[in-house]
Amino acid sequence: MARDLMDIRAETDELTTDKMWVIMGPQHPFSHGLWTLKVELDGELVTDAEPIVGYLHRGWEKECENRSYAKIVPMADRLCYAASMTYSHLYCMTVEKALGLEVPEKAQYIRVVADEICRISSHLMWLAAVGTDLGNLTVFLWCMREREYWMDLFVRLCGARMTTNYPRIGGVRNDITELFDRDVDRCVQHFEKALWDIIALIDDSSIFLSRMKGTGILTCEQCVNLGITGPAMRGNGVDFDIRRDDPYEAYDKIDFEVPVLNDGDSYSRYMVRVEELFQSCKIITRAMQKIRAIGKNAPYRYKAPTNVPAGTAMCRLEDPRGESLMYLVADGSGKPYRLKVRSPIFTNVSASKPLVVGSRIADVPVIMAMIDMCLGETDR
Amino acid sequence: MAYSSILDWISFSDIMSNPWYPFAGDYNLPFDISYKLWEIIGGGLAWLINLILPGNPVSTWLISDGVCVGGGLIIFMIVIFLVVFIGTLLSLWEERKVLGRVMDRRGTMIGMKGFLQCVADGVKTFMKENTIPKKVDMMTYMWTVSLVVGVSVLIACMIPLSDRWFVVNYDTGLLIIMAFFALAPFFILVSGWAQNNKYSLIGGMRAAELMISYEVPMLIMIGTASLLAGTLNIGDIVAAQRDIWYIIPMFIGFITFLFCATAEAERVPFDIAEAEAELVEGWQTEYAGMKWGLIMLADYFRGYVSCAMVTILFLGGWNIPFVSDSVNNFLPEIVFLLKTWFVFFLMIMIRGALARVRTDQIVNIGWKVFMPLSVINFVIVLLLKVGGIY
Amino acid sequence: MDTNAVYQKPTDEEIKTLLNEKFEGKVNVTKIETRRVYATVPRELIHQVCEYIHDNLTFEHISTVIGVDMIDNLRVVYHIDNYFNGCVIELTVDIPNDDPHVASISDIWVGGNWHERETYELFGIIFDGHPHLARLLTPDTYEFYPFRKSYKLRGQE
Repeated sequence: MARDLMDIRAETDELTTDKMWVIMGPQHPFSHGLWTLKVELDGELVTDAEPIVGYLHRGWEKECENRSYAKIVPMADRLCYAASMTYSHLYCMTVEKALGLEVPEKAQYIRVVADEICRISSHLMWLAAVGTDLGNLTVFLWCMREREYWMDLFVRLCGARMTTNYPRIGGVRNDITELFDRDVDRCVQHFEKALWDIIALIDDSSIFLSRMKGTGILTCEQCVNLGITGPAMRGNGVDFDIRRDDPYEAYDKIDFEVPVLNDGDSYSRYMVRVEELFQSCKIITRAMQKIRAIGKNAPYRYKAPTNVPAGTAMCRLEDPRGESLMYLVADGSGKPYRLKVRSPIFTNVSASKPLVVGSRIADVPVIMAMIDMCLGETDR
Repeated sequence: MAYSSILDWISFSDIMSNPWYPFAGDYNLPFDISYKLWEIIGGGLAWLINLILPGNPVSTWLISDGVCVGGGLIIFMIVIFLVVFIGTLLSLWEERKVLGRVMDRRGTMIGMKGFLQCVADGVKTFMKENTIPKKVDMMTYMWTVSLVVGVSVLIACMIPLSDRWFVVNYDTGLLIIMAFFALAPFFILVSGWAQNNKYSLIGGMRAAELMISYEVPMLIMIGTASLLAGTLNIGDIVAAQRDIWYIIPMFIGFITFLFCATAEAERVPFDIAEAEAELVEGWQTEYAGMKWGLIMLADYFRGYVSCAMVTILFLGGWNIPFVSDSVNNFLPEIVFLLKTWFVFFLMIMIRGALARVRTDQIVNIGWKVFMPLSVINFVIVLLLKVGGIY
Repeated sequence: MDTNAVYQKPTDEEIKTLLNEKFEGKVNVTKIETRRVYATVPRELIHQVCEYIHDNLTFEHISTVIGVDMIDNLRVVYHIDNYFNGCVIELTVDIPNDDPHVASISDIWVGGNWHERETYELFGIIFDGHPHLARLLTPDTYEFYPFRKSYKLRGQE
């Protein structure tokens, strides 16, 4: 019968199997926004991939050249709805640097607190998306429930939930309110307990772990060279956080840890973000102590001139998703000559080919979930 | 001519003495109900016709034994289907409410604690536009969905609710149900191919991949249970669990079978054929409107059958242990349905807590976890049988 | 200083001296702040400078490649980071309007790939040696460069 087996072997070798391009997006449950990932499949294995962005390109940077400096603060909120606070903060920081303006100490701490609240709500949104990408809606709803508390805290701080329009050039719009002062510690204490529920749901389940461990592996050098930043990078063993290593505002006066894991797979990226949630809680508590020590009547905003002297200014900060950077060219008028936004996801998503090639199509949503897509800032 | 009352035409005769009685000596409650219903309808008709045309042969034909059985069978089908249909709708409602509570929300709220939402959704899908893509293979596209739905409804109706509520009472009833149960993945495979859509194609392939991973351990478990009972007849298997449910000697088997049944019903964590995160809706992507609604309904029919199989094989079917026969035989159908919904509750909790597995992982789980466990379960049963305990 | 040695954590002053010594004054370090070095580079040297910064000064990450239309000329700005001490070098390259070519650095940092594509499509600056210089955010059919000052928005005079 050996001859027959050889015949069958020869026949199957001659069978031609085709690879196929599957276009995932722009309307696809995994994309969390409008973008497309074209993947080439050999059976279920991804052999090639090509990300396509630009569906939301609205010329944000060009629009800014047409507006006075103060009018751009609410526009910066709209760059990313999940992390709106960090972008308006970054914009104000950049303009302040071009003006050579120092921000009052109290405003610095308030900005830190607001940034960290924003980081927590953004990470919770991400955790919710991880749940749906893995096929579990319980994680999604639990995270959204917890996120509501932080949104309410934003309401206490500045009256808005998502697009806060809170930082101003030279400080912040208003002092912390009494209600915010009362609720922030309660919120942190509640959240530190509630987060353990969600972690228990994911980390105690071997199915969740088996879906995340060993997928989307990059080496440390690859990750740095591809320009991946933020939690995705720290999950690959790169010990760098702008808040600690290139501190801005009051981060150098606050004690916190930067979680770094060395596995370089989806699970370590997930763990880094979860650990960051706890660290953000710590930062909020410590910054609030400082704010209370500064006292009620301290200034929270300095007057800023409307015209910015000619020159360039560059600022960067640690967005929930990575390194975001703004570069301002001013020409002495009341409008920016050129304002450039460096979005972390823009670079992270350009690395999606090395991330997904070699994994199965079922892993693609999980791997890309660890990037935490937000298309408003990617396409600008 | 003497006036004949309508009561003269409705005799409510004993169905067992009818020579055409189709269930060969076993009392069948739904048939009894439908037979009596037919006697009312047919007798009333015969009485009316007789009023107009006295002494005509049609009236006597309408109340003859054979016609009564035939009319009774038609009503019997409707009764059987309606009970299963309402049972399935209730399990759908149960899923919405329980899953809602698991996720810290309320679930559906409109009408009868949210039950009417299921009905409203059904009506809504029936009213939706029926979009069919241009390039589908129309024949297979339409036929496979009919077959998937049809097979699912068929097996759901074939599940006996008690030893007086059944459709067929074959000695190989278990095997027939399992054979029909395993048919759907083939239709799904063909359907995924027919839709001319890459997501559907992958979804169809995954359905086949899923089937080869759970089907063998599941059949081993069924064989083990029938070995313990010494029969493949569902009624006899249940009767053998009168006092000690098979969950006690076959606890490993129960856990394994529960997960296999979850895979058979294509529910989370084994719903890889319609994984919405990566495949949109998998093999259902191109079905719209009523067809999609029927597919969803068929999914719940299959979920109901899976739970019923667990109940029959491990939870003593319609028996309550340690009670007298009169209590046990009072409403066995309700007991059976309650047990089925309890198993479905377990499946809902699994869905609320777990994520979807990957295709290579399901094959691994099937052959490296379920398979050894089912063999261990088989060995335990064999030892019990040889040791004379059973 | 030894211009061929590898420095893992160069200080701002060291970077200034090293750049001056290595490129014999052609690289003009204009300003130094804490963890910030600003330099202007002639167009021909940009690839060499980047290679040197990457290999010898361990600046492993590129943040951005920014295009600016200065009307008289075009300008490309690079922000390059060191992950060991958080230092950023800002390199400014001026490009004449009639010859908008500059060497691509995406062979040194793959992360610069999309930034260069974006700068190309919005400003028309052509990066020589780029593996796939195609439009990214705007449609392929565009024949103009929307972020140049010559392209007016509504309301701009």
